[in-house]
Amino acid sequence: MTVFIISLLLFLILCAVATAFTKHLITTVVIFMSYSLIMSLLWMILESPDLAITEAAVGAGITSILFFITIKKIDGIGEERKGGDHDRGK
Amino acid sequence: MGQNIWINYMVGAAAFLFGIGFTMLLLHRNLLKKIVGFNIMDTAVYLLLATQGYVSGRKAPIIVDGVTSMDAYINPVPGGLVLTGIVVSVSLSAILLALTVRLYQKYHTLDMDEIARQCKKEGD
Amino acid sequence: MIEESETNIEKNETNLELSANSEAGYEWIYKGVCVIVCVIIVGVLLYTASYLPPFGSADNPVNNEVSRKYIEEGMYETGAVNIITAMILDYRAFDTFGEATVLFVSACVVFLLLKDEVLASRIKIRENLILQNVGKLLIPSILLFGIYVILNGHISPGGGFSGGAILGAALILYMNTFGLKRTRTFFNQKTYGIITTGALIFYTIAKSYSFITGANHIESVIPIGTPGNIISAGLILPLNICVGLIVGCTMYAFYALFRRGEI
Repeated sequence: MTVFIISLLLFLILCAVATAFTKHLITTVVIFMSYSLIMSLLWMILESPDLAITEAAVGAGITSILFFITIKKIDGIGEERKGGDHDRGK
Repeated sequence: MGQNIWINYMVGAAAFLFGIGFTMLLLHRNLLKKIVGFNIMDTAVYLLLATQGYVSGRKAPIIVDGVTSMDAYINPVPGGLVLTGIVVSVSLSAILLALTVRLYQKYHTLDMDEIARQCKKEGD
Repeated sequence: MIEESETNIEKNETNLELSANSEAGYEWIYKGVCVIVCVIIVGVLLYTASYLPPFGSADNPVNNEVSRKYIEEGMYETGAVNIITAMILDYRAFDTFGEATVLFVSACVVFLLLKDEVLASRIKIRENLILQNVGKLLIPSILLFGIYVILNGHISPGGGFSGGAILGAALILYMNTFGLKRTRTFFNQKTYGIITTGALIFYTIAKSYSFITGANHIESVIPIGTPGNIISAGLILPLNICVGLIVGCTMYAFYALFRRGEI
């Protein structure tokens, strides 16, 4: 069990580092989604099923959807003003 | 250094996650990445809290078969704290994302430095 | 005078160049200081972690008389089998009330920031047959699961927060599948206001009643019931429903405001 927990923690840290270094915003959000999912597994291991359900529904679901919709909205605003500098950073 | 550093590996992981989130919040120029870093910091604090309440070999604090002895269940206090925290962090990130959208509508960039520069130019 | 102003302009230009150069220099200093500060913070946290009591041990100072009180007397005092629900909706219900208010206020802030009627009238709905047929099957089951999680909050894991988020997800899926116009036939800005303020007011009245009776040692008329039944645990079940409604409606409101600019 300890090996499983440690591998989960290592994957968690890997995900956190990967969100910092990916170039595309969509990829960042998808990695953050998997981060939340692993977090909810950890809550399950730490004997807190309430937290696991809430994290899976809220962290992996609603937060990621809000991020996705923000990126879509930003792209829409960028496309509206054609000829302008369409820049949403790295 | 104390002797519990290898036993408390989960707290160590939480410390590393907090550091990664804090670095993202300080060093990344992109506003969305800053918000992701903020969320990572949040979850690191929750992990620390939940780790403190865990007792190995005990079950979740849901009473089964009428056993109400303290030796059968883990500490419920950190669970309640974290449960409220998770939902508040969602509303916080929603407000931050709404502010980001408004900033993009005004300045057409997500780069924090660029926004500050344009703000300064408007001020002159 | 003219010469003076010219020299002033020249000075200004050199100042600008200087500031641009020094900005680049400052950026390096800023980055270096940031990295050093973060490394120091992680080092201090790890140092503290090495002195914390061992992970998973039963003798930790965290497991004190507070958790003993909650676990050993929580079920008899509140009637809820799930101790965490008993804690956040009975012992520390004021905390949860503040949190529901935080959700409501943040929805108001997002509404103020992103209200956009032009955008709402312009977006066209694309009908998608596959999505609609899958949605007809999926949305009722998600709604049912959300209601199950809310209603069983005091006897199993779950409760208002998680169940409310599931309800919000079902509403979001409905809006994506059938469009905003059809969603607004049963859920619009007015409904949102009525549901959330009504739930908050009911929460306030119910908790005020239980605080007044508890503080003055008056016997409450609400029975605790048999722990483990659905209708038990006194005020916890209605409060769970209130919290679930607030969370679900607020999650849907966030999504609708981001997507369409209106609820």
